[in-house]
Amino acid sequence: MSMSMEYVVELENITKTFPGGVQANKDVTLRIQKGEVIGLLGENGAGKSTLMNMLYGLLQPDSGKIIINGEEVNLKSPQDAIVRGVGMVHQHFKLIPVLTVTENVVLGLEPILKKMDVRSIPGGRTIGAVLPIDFGTAAKRITKIGDENGLPVNPNSKIQDLSVGLQQRVEIIKMLYREADILILDEPTSVLTPHEVDELFVTLKEFVKAGKTIILITHKLRESMALCDRICVLRDGALVGTVARDDTSPQDLAQMMVGRPVVFTTEKEPKTPGEVILSVQDLHVLDNRKLEKVKGIDFEVHAGEIFGIAGVQGNGQTELIEALAGLRKPKSGIITVDNIRISGKRPRFVREAKVSHIPEDRHKRGIILPFTIEENIALGNHYRPPFAGGPLNAVLDLDTTHSITENLVEQYSIKLSSTEALASTLSGGNQQKVVVARELSTKPRLVIAAQPTRGLDVGATEYIHEVLIALRDSGVAVLLISAELDEIQNLADRIGVIYDGQIVAVKSPGEATQTELGLLMAGHTDEASEEGVAIS
Amino acid sequence: MNWRLINWQSQYRTLAVLASIVIGLIAINFMPVEQQAIAGWLVATTLQMATPLVLAGLGGMYSERGGIVNIGLEGIMLMGAFTGAAVAYYAKDPWLGLLGAVMVGGLFASIHGVACVKYKGNHIVSGTGIILFGTGLSTLLLELVWHQKGQGEPVTNTVPDLMFPALLDHPFLGPAFSVISPIVLFMFIITGVSWFVLFRTPFGLRLRAAGEDPSTLDSAGVSVQWTRFIGVVISGCLAGLGGAYLSIGFGSAFAKEMTSGRGFISLAAMIFGNWTPFGVLAAGLFFGFLISMNYFIQIYFPILLPFANFIAMLPYVLVIIALGLIRKSVPPKAIAIPYEKEKKG
Repeated sequence: MSMSMEYVVELENITKTFPGGVQANKDVTLRIQKGEVIGLLGENGAGKSTLMNMLYGLLQPDSGKIIINGEEVNLKSPQDAIVRGVGMVHQHFKLIPVLTVTENVVLGLEPILKKMDVRSIPGGRTIGAVLPIDFGTAAKRITKIGDENGLPVNPNSKIQDLSVGLQQRVEIIKMLYREADILILDEPTSVLTPHEVDELFVTLKEFVKAGKTIILITHKLRESMALCDRICVLRDGALVGTVARDDTSPQDLAQMMVGRPVVFTTEKEPKTPGEVILSVQDLHVLDNRKLEKVKGIDFEVHAGEIFGIAGVQGNGQTELIEALAGLRKPKSGIITVDNIRISGKRPRFVREAKVSHIPEDRHKRGIILPFTIEENIALGNHYRPPFAGGPLNAVLDLDTTHSITENLVEQYSIKLSSTEALASTLSGGNQQKVVVARELSTKPRLVIAAQPTRGLDVGATEYIHEVLIALRDSGVAVLLISAELDEIQNLADRIGVIYDGQIVAVKSPGEATQTELGLLMAGHTDEASEEGVAIS
Repeated sequence: MNWRLINWQSQYRTLAVLASIVIGLIAINFMPVEQQAIAGWLVATTLQMATPLVLAGLGGMYSERGGIVNIGLEGIMLMGAFTGAAVAYYAKDPWLGLLGAVMVGGLFASIHGVACVKYKGNHIVSGTGIILFGTGLSTLLLELVWHQKGQGEPVTNTVPDLMFPALLDHPFLGPAFSVISPIVLFMFIITGVSWFVLFRTPFGLRLRAAGEDPSTLDSAGVSVQWTRFIGVVISGCLAGLGGAYLSIGFGSAFAKEMTSGRGFISLAAMIFGNWTPFGVLAAGLFFGFLISMNYFIQIYFPILLPFANFIAMLPYVLVIIALGLIRKSVPPKAIAIPYEKEKKG
């Protein structure tokens, strides 16, 4: 008894299989001590989130025991976990954009006006559901929690008006409002700037000092090394091992995660860029709400060059990409590819000008999940030979599509059961490979690669990086837009930093450190003013 | 009480509505007496025509705010109309009739609720089933109960109107408000209550969350299924009441298919009202006004009678124009999407 009391959470022999046969967790046993920061490390699909969703009561294990504070529990819903002090910040925030901060925080635990609170009497809980919520007190408490923990937020703002960083703050406040002392954070840094990550880590360290236990789900080695006391590595749903931070290294962890040694930096030969392929002059683009998101951007990308655009999400990258791909009409400015003007033209015109686009949102713009892989490969070129034939190219040539798909699947080593399987049956990495295969099969002159490795595991990321470098070496112009600084620094020959719709600096990868780039991404221009360059 | 959620814009809107009512009343006051009487008649008819639309529309709002599309309102209204008439006929008590209509409406909607919430069925298919079921069952029961086709025996104990004799002598207020059904007044009350429930209470917050993003509600520890189901049941209760108003409030007998599409118009009123209680009220009153204008033209301009069908069509055309061109409605985001907990593999 006294042995088990030391642990706040014990997961014993947890096994979970999803309907459909995917085994997400295989016999995982995990013990977490009070006041420690434990890292749950693994590639996408390794079963980290599933395991934690079971601890939070969102999912139920098929077999195994969950013990919280020495008591074996059967968590039927998050409510059961919340009352035992478990809180969770999901990777995709559980916030409702049209509601205010207060409404989001109190949801499920609404305070009732004091004089009307009848929830203590029998049946009062039901009646309480239609009594007035005490928004005033709730807002005060949220402000207080925010101030005490260095997480100030306006309780009356709507979530949709907040930045991603602030939204995460609301999620953390939501846990504190419920008085959680076991905090689960699922990939909390994937949406933050480097500076915001530092701030988050400071906050989390404060929580640990206050006696809270933190479980950090991540696939980033650096983060787990920076914050965690112990790190558990999951692979294919099974626990590979648990190591203390001081006894391990990023290389070891990576090997545990992937199951083989990993190369961190991609090798790349120096290359002299050729003629200008993409030229952008004084580009202005509006977003859906008619706000100017791209505010006068100029740059050029040469043949045989990777031009990286680094920046925090929401600084105009999306609108820039859409304007370049012909998906959004720019307000003004000139875009040319190979001296053909493409600004304001339709996507088909842009594609026929030999521009390929690996979109940032794979599911929205890259792939149609309920279509087969063959159909997805044909998309975009489906109207012309070799995919279409017959009079007026009106008939799809299914045989050719099939053989082309087979070739691409082999060339890009896409793992699938059949080329006629639905795209939705593929893993994220293989879906992305389908998109890349299709986009590169047209022999482009310019490739726009937007967040090409978002959500991909180490192996798939490595592969995509190699492909992009091979393209560059073969004389294609590559425009790489990414929120991952590592990726940009690794791949790009020149780095442009985008902030508030403008390219505030262009650096070579050797010239700028991550810290400098991070500051530029956050809008600090001290360094530039030292050089006497006026950047506004 | 914290009234922060009322933003300035909606305060201006409220002011504009109040101002136009006052200006309208002043203008009416200066009209000749006969015209005041006509205006009063128009107001009374508008209220009568609007009541079933607003009640069912508010019902639809409860369902859809929770994420369940309820196109079955038409069938539920018919069942409410039948139950109201049958209970009032046999029990000789209109209030029991209304109660029965509310209960049967809720029961009928709970079929839809079970199909859509528990078994994650398609909302449109289930809703269509409810329409057909309600239409067929109410017609069948009409013949079983009263042994008549088309129309049942007249109900003598209908819901008594409220009288305000003090208003009787006024040329405008007399015809408009001196005799008014309590259900019409209830329509206004329930609109206010619905606003309060939706925007000020835990249940309302949870219902809206269920319609916007059920996974968030789930993760907050609240049962999505129950929340959605209760929303659907409330929609049935209100639609049942709206139906009963037709058979024992405004009229005094049940007739086959007597709702004649009101369930659908109330859905339009709900969308037109942007899924908000006062929006639904305004839209319902507007549609009620269009319908009463139709009667008005038929009575006061008989020369236009050959075009009666054309005029009867106008409200619907206006709805299409209004929905398509003028107003952009924002439905709840997770509407018609069943909530699956374990979505993987």
